[in-house]
Parts: sequence; C-alpha cells; structure tokens
Amino acid sequence: MKLKVERRLVESRRRTISITILSALSLIAIVFLACGVNPILAYERILYGAFGSIYSISETVTKSITLMLCSVGLALAFQTAIWNIGAEGQLLIGAIFGSGIALSFPQWPAYLLLPTMFLAGFIGGALWGLVPAVLKAKFQTNEVITTLMMNYIATKILEYLLYGPWRGKEAWGFPYTEIFSSSAQLPTLGTTRIHYPTLMIAFVTVVALYILLTRTKLGFEIRVVGKNPEAAKYVGINYAKIILLVMMISGGLAGIAGIGEVAGIHHRLRIGISPGYGFTSIIVAWLSGLHLLSTIVVSILCSGLLVGGEMIQIALGLPIGVVEMFNGVFLFSLLIGEFFLRNKISLDISSKKIESRGQVK
Amino acid sequence: MSTIEMKSIIKKFPPATIALDNVNFSVKEGEIHCLLGENGAGKTTLMNVLYGLVKADSGDVFVGDKLVKIDSPKDAIELGIGMVHQHFSLVPTNSVAENIALGHPSVSFLFPLKKVKKTIETLSERYGLSVNPDAMIWQLSAGEQQRVEILKVISKNPRILILDEPTTILTPQEIKNLFQALRQMATEGRTIIFITHKLDEVMAVGDRVSVLKQGKLVKTLETVKTNKQRLAGLMIGRAVLFRLKKPGIRPSKVVLEVSEICALNDRGLPALKHVSFYVRENEILGVAGVAGNGQSELIEVLTGLRKAIKGSVIILGKDVSNQSPKNVADAGVAHIPEKRIRIGIVGDLSVADNLILREYRKTPFSKRIFLKKDFIEKHANKLVKEYNIITPSISTPAKLLSGGNIQRLIVARELQGQPKLIVASHPTYGLDVAATEQIRRWLLKQRELGVAVLLISEDLDEIFSISDRIAVIFEGTMMATVDADEANLEDIGMMMAGIRIE
Repeated sequence: MKLKVERRLVESRRRTISITILSALSLIAIVFLACGVNPILAYERILYGAFGSIYSISETVTKSITLMLCSVGLALAFQTAIWNIGAEGQLLIGAIFGSGIALSFPQWPAYLLLPTMFLAGFIGGALWGLVPAVLKAKFQTNEVITTLMMNYIATKILEYLLYGPWRGKEAWGFPYTEIFSSSAQLPTLGTTRIHYPTLMIAFVTVVALYILLTRTKLGFEIRVVGKNPEAAKYVGINYAKIILLVMMISGGLAGIAGIGEVAGIHHRLRIGISPGYGFTSIIVAWLSGLHLLSTIVVSILCSGLLVGGEMIQIALGLPIGVVEMFNGVFLFSLLIGEFFLRNKISLDISSKKIESRGQVK
Repeated sequence: MSTIEMKSIIKKFPPATIALDNVNFSVKEGEIHCLLGENGAGKTTLMNVLYGLVKADSGDVFVGDKLVKIDSPKDAIELGIGMVHQHFSLVPTNSVAENIALGHPSVSFLFPLKKVKKTIETLSERYGLSVNPDAMIWQLSAGEQQRVEILKVISKNPRILILDEPTTILTPQEIKNLFQALRQMATEGRTIIFITHKLDEVMAVGDRVSVLKQGKLVKTLETVKTNKQRLAGLMIGRAVLFRLKKPGIRPSKVVLEVSEICALNDRGLPALKHVSFYVRENEILGVAGVAGNGQSELIEVLTGLRKAIKGSVIILGKDVSNQSPKNVADAGVAHIPEKRIRIGIVGDLSVADNLILREYRKTPFSKRIFLKKDFIEKHANKLVKEYNIITPSISTPAKLLSGGNIQRLIVARELQGQPKLIVASHPTYGLDVAATEQIRRWLLKQRELGVAVLLISEDLDEIFSISDRIAVIFEGTMMATVDADEANLEDIGMMMAGIRIE
C-alpha cells in the first residue's frame, strides 16, 4: 500500500482557496486553544475588530490600500512566472525617493508636490525591481534570491538615511525625518486615516492592469511568456523586454504604496513604515488566485485580519507573536493547497514484491 | 543460456499508440546485445519495462529462467539489473564519491569515504574509466559525468547492464574507451544491453543485435553474420505505404537558399558543417536522416532560434541569417516545430489565443494596443471548422486537446498569413493515420499554391510519399540530394548510415 500522487488535468482554484482558508483558520484555532482562549470568541473579536465599527472599518481600509497596490503588482509578476519577493524593498525605496522630493521642495504647492512624489516613488520602486529583472533576463539569475536580498539592501539604505543625513532636528534622536510640509501630506477622508488619493490610484491601477493583461497585445505577450517562455521565443516575443517591463510595473506599484505610507499616514520617513506589507502582499496575491481584480477584495480581508489581530492582542491579552503567526500559517496552508490544486492523492492498494511464479522451461 | 527473456510484451499508450507490439526479446549471458531502431521504435520503452520504470500491459519477464515481476527499479536492482539512462541523475554540487555512494546498498550510515574512494579507484582501473573521486559533478564534462553514472551502476555489481544511447554526447575517443570498458565487463560474464540507433556502433561493439521497428521486434542477428546495409534496411526499410498523388508542377523560383551554414549545438560542438541547399516554389524538399545528425540545429538556424557561426540563409533574395525569430517569420517563414507541445502551443491558453500566437500583432486581431476579441473568436471558429480541430470549445485550454488536434491547431495557425516557406519538422510524428494523412495533404496543398516546403522527418514513408526531392543529412553534412522519383530506399538508408553512394 502506498500513496499515489497524480497530476490533475482540471484545476479548481476556488476549491483550493476555500480549503486553504479553512485549514488556516483551524490551525490558528489550535494556537488559540493552547493560549487558553476560546477560538470562536477570538474569531468573533477579530471580525468585530476589523469590521465592527466605523473606526475599525476605516483602519481596515487604510491598511488595505498598501496591500492592494503591492499585491496587484505581485499578482502580475507571478502571472509572468517572475517570483518577485522584493515588494518590501521596492516599497521602501519608493518611500525614500518620494520623501527625498518632499524634503527637498517643501515649499512647492500640493498639486505639484504630491504628483511628483508619487512619480518619484514609482520610479524608485521600478528601479529596485529592474535590477533583479536585468540579472534574470541577462544572466538567468534566480529572482527569488535577488529580489529577497534587495529587501535587505533597501532596509539598510533606509536606516543609513534615518540615522545619518536625513535625521530630523525635532525627532528627539529617533530615526525619523522632519515632519513633511503640509503640501506633502495627503488629504484623508474626514477624521479617518484613509488617504483617499492613494486608494483611488490603487483602484484605477487594479482595473487598468486587468484590462492590460486581458485585452491588450502587451497583456497577451505577458501571458504567453508567463505560461510558456519557450513558445514566446518561438513566436518572436521579446522575453527580456517583457521581464523588465513587468518587474518595473510590479516594483513601481510597491513604490507608490510606499508614498501612501509616508505622505498619507506617517507624514515623515521613519523606521517601521512597513510592518512587512511587502511580504503580506505575497499572500494576498496568492489568495487572490493571481486574479488581478480579486486582489481588491482579498486585500481588504487580509487587512481586516491585521487590524482585528491587533484588537485581540489588547482585548484578550494575547502575545503579539500569535497575531504575527497568522501570516505564516496562511502562507503555509496556501502552499499545501497549491499542491492539492495540482495533484490528486489516492491510496494504491496493490502489493509490490517480486514474485516467483515457479520454474518455467 | 539466456539471462533475460521477455515474452509477448505489449505496451499501449492511450489513445492510439502501441509502443510495444508483442515483443519477444532474449539476451544470452555474457554478450553485448545491441537494441537498434529509429527514435520512437520502442527501444527505451522495452528496457524501461525490464527496469521496472514502465509497466507492460501484458507479457512475461524471465531473469535467469525464473518468472519475475518487476514493479520498480528497486526490484530490478535486486535482480541484478542496472541501467544507465540517457539523462543523468547526478547531484551537481556533490562529489563523485558522494554521488556513487548515494543510495548504494553497501554503504553504511556513517559515510566511509575512504572505502568508497577505494572502490571507485579499483573499478576505474579495471575498466579504464578514470575519474577523480573528489571532483564535484558540475566540474565534469558530459563524458566524465557518464563515466560516473556507469561506475555508479557497476559498483552495485549488476549481472545485467543496460545502457540507453550512451554515446550521443561523447567524443570519438570517449566512445572508444567506453567500448573497451564494455568489452571488459562482458568478458567478466556480465551481460550488456546497448540501446542505439547508430549502425557503426552496433558493428563495433555488439555480439548480437535486435532490430525494433514501430514497436515490433523485426529480427535478432549475430553481428558477424550481417552488415550495415542489411541492418539499415531492417531498421527503416518498409514498403512505401502510400504515395499521395502530386500534381506535376515545374518548380521555378528559388525561395530558400542556404549556403555554407556552420553552427554549434548546445554543448558547443559543431552540429552543422558547411550545409548548403535550396528549396524552390511549388516544391517539397524532404530531409531524411537519423535523429541527432543536425536536424534540430538546422531548423533552429533557419527560423532564427539559433545563431549560425558561418554561412547565409536567404529567403526570396532577402538575407535573414541570424535574424530574430520575429524577422524571419515576417519574411514569410512558417514553422511547424518538432517539440509541438513544448514550444508549439501555450497549453494553458485557450485554443483561440493559440491560433493568434503569430498574428496577434496584426490587424484585424488588434488595433493600436488592444486585442480585438470578436475577430479573434471569429477567426478561431473559422479555423477550427476549416482544419477539423476537435475541441469542446474555442476557449478550452489547448493542453486538453489530443496530439493530433494540437498539431492541426499548429498547422492551421502557421498556414495563415500566406507563408513563402514552410519548415515542417516531424509533422506527423506520433499522430494517428487520419491526422497524418490530413497534414500531408495540407502540405501538398501549400506546394500547389506555390509555397516552398522543407520537410524534415525520420519517417521515410513520409519523405517518400510527399517530397519532390530528397536530401540526406548525416553528422551535420548534406550527403546528397536526389529526385524523389529516382530515389530508392536502400540508397537513402545507406546514406543515412553515412555511406556515400557514387
């Protein structure tokens, strides 16, 4: 008797995602139980913490903006079979570029300064994505490693700037820059922290990328490269061009998300502008089934999990580690789910031993 | 006495391929037995059945006169059978000694490196297969890696050793060394089964030879009592099944002119040596040859997928040597590729998308940056009907189609946009009779329309049934070109084996 693994011909992504979510929730439930907390109560509190009041909804939406921008770019890269793990670094570099503009031209009017910051953020993120893309296209380096390593370089550049040349005079020795001038601060919706210009950019981007991918010549080339790079070469599609372009878009969007964080929330560049949004976005992209439009919904759900998780930390006295574990458990379940998406497992009940069926001749 | 006897082995690959058709095969103890046949004749499948990698639908295997059931390579190894595969399974970042020790039954848990090295040295010496046990696999040439594979298998002391086309990647000197080693093993009483499609090798190393053709074992002969011509005849010779009626058209203008092309293969060795030929309008030039004699490289050079280091490719007076695949296609070259599933289609995309892989850039399929869905769908529906592509719908992923329908899809796509030259590589390989005949008719139709067709195939039936002229490629050179009406099978077969005919 042995386990038999067979490839599926027809893959049902919807079923996989429901299995993923269910198994992740039950795994986390075990952790809650181990902490002496009723999991039903915990989930109820998370749900309430994420969507139970105007304030919590606004917080969930605020965090979802960043996830949306990063994850839609990642979904596009993953569809092209480029495994960009570097959204975190691309976000930070975007934020650095934009902050540079904000700090250099504080007197500019908002209608000039903010768009320039967004543009600079896009360029910064795009450049950060371009480096691994060039290495991949020219030298076939593995982009998983290069994009991952670029994250650390970005973090160190940020630290250098904040502990060094960019440290603000009024920052009391903290690694923060000065507060941006008011024209470099994004407007928010009422008293919430929802920096709606970034949210609108995110919505427009998701829809535009969806149209790009499904309706345009370039999108067709991206799909061909992603599904079969050899066929792309055979029909004369420029592989390197597609790789570079997709990584620039993917990195650039993370860069824009970085601007949203500094200009919309913190109003300065500081350590900890991203508590791992770039990594959470990988999970968002996969949970969306790499479907670009779905990233909107999944971003809001995952953002709710983050916000709700912070709530139960206070309400139920759970250690922060439990909340941070959510992401890990989700990704873990997702990877197992991918396996079941592609393969079917069954028990093979036939004995296997060399049998001697007697002498012949 | 026979060490191995395989009786009435049948293996079918659904839906329509019969890989092994009632094969009876026996090997005597201590002999080097060659298994000769074209690609796809069933040589590897037969040996995979013996090694437990493929399960036969029916038939019996006897090892040392005992009926055995071999379900996995582990069973085969226990019975004293070892196999050196065509593709290596070595760990590149580990050393030779570590690779040989990996999975070796007699190596204990505490890795006795000294003992392993000693064994390697003894074996290397005995068979003249020298390797450095401390070298990392990635540092070794293909020939050296193969030596490691052989040592790995022989270190388990098998009574029967199977080698699957071991010489394809070796230099002539390495081949000589390998043959000496095999001789040495045979004199020790080991039995060797040597899979090959090269006649020279059979004559050089074999005691006996079994010829497989289209899943059937045609004959087993002693090599001293036969010759290359006879073997070539057995391997490829068959009555021409059907010569499709070709309307007599005088070929006129030269479409493709290839002169003095030289190119390297993936390993950097010369694959094409000063190849020159031409194809005219209204003409099909068939290129016959055993696989691996430069056909793939030739096609890649012609379609822009591989750079030539010398020579020129001219299409209708326009030099397209070393141009990009897109420029070559724009010059009017259609390409029906050999690896149809790997590069001919994008399996995850729909039938409709696959049908515009070539022309999506052009009107009416796109306008400025956008694709025109309605035209794409109309186009797909039209081609599906016109070319009898059997598919549940035009939005079905192409990978779900059968082989014949995938090929119909590719041909349908490639024939759009009025090509001037069609490069068709093994266009009917592995297809059923209906699809085969249909595709040959389409090629003939194109010939009538004035297109030049370059047909590269191992299937001599195919070459003879539709070509106007036949060329033979052997070890990267064009042996000769003859008119199809004057060609005879024996001459072509001998040229395929490298024998020049005056």
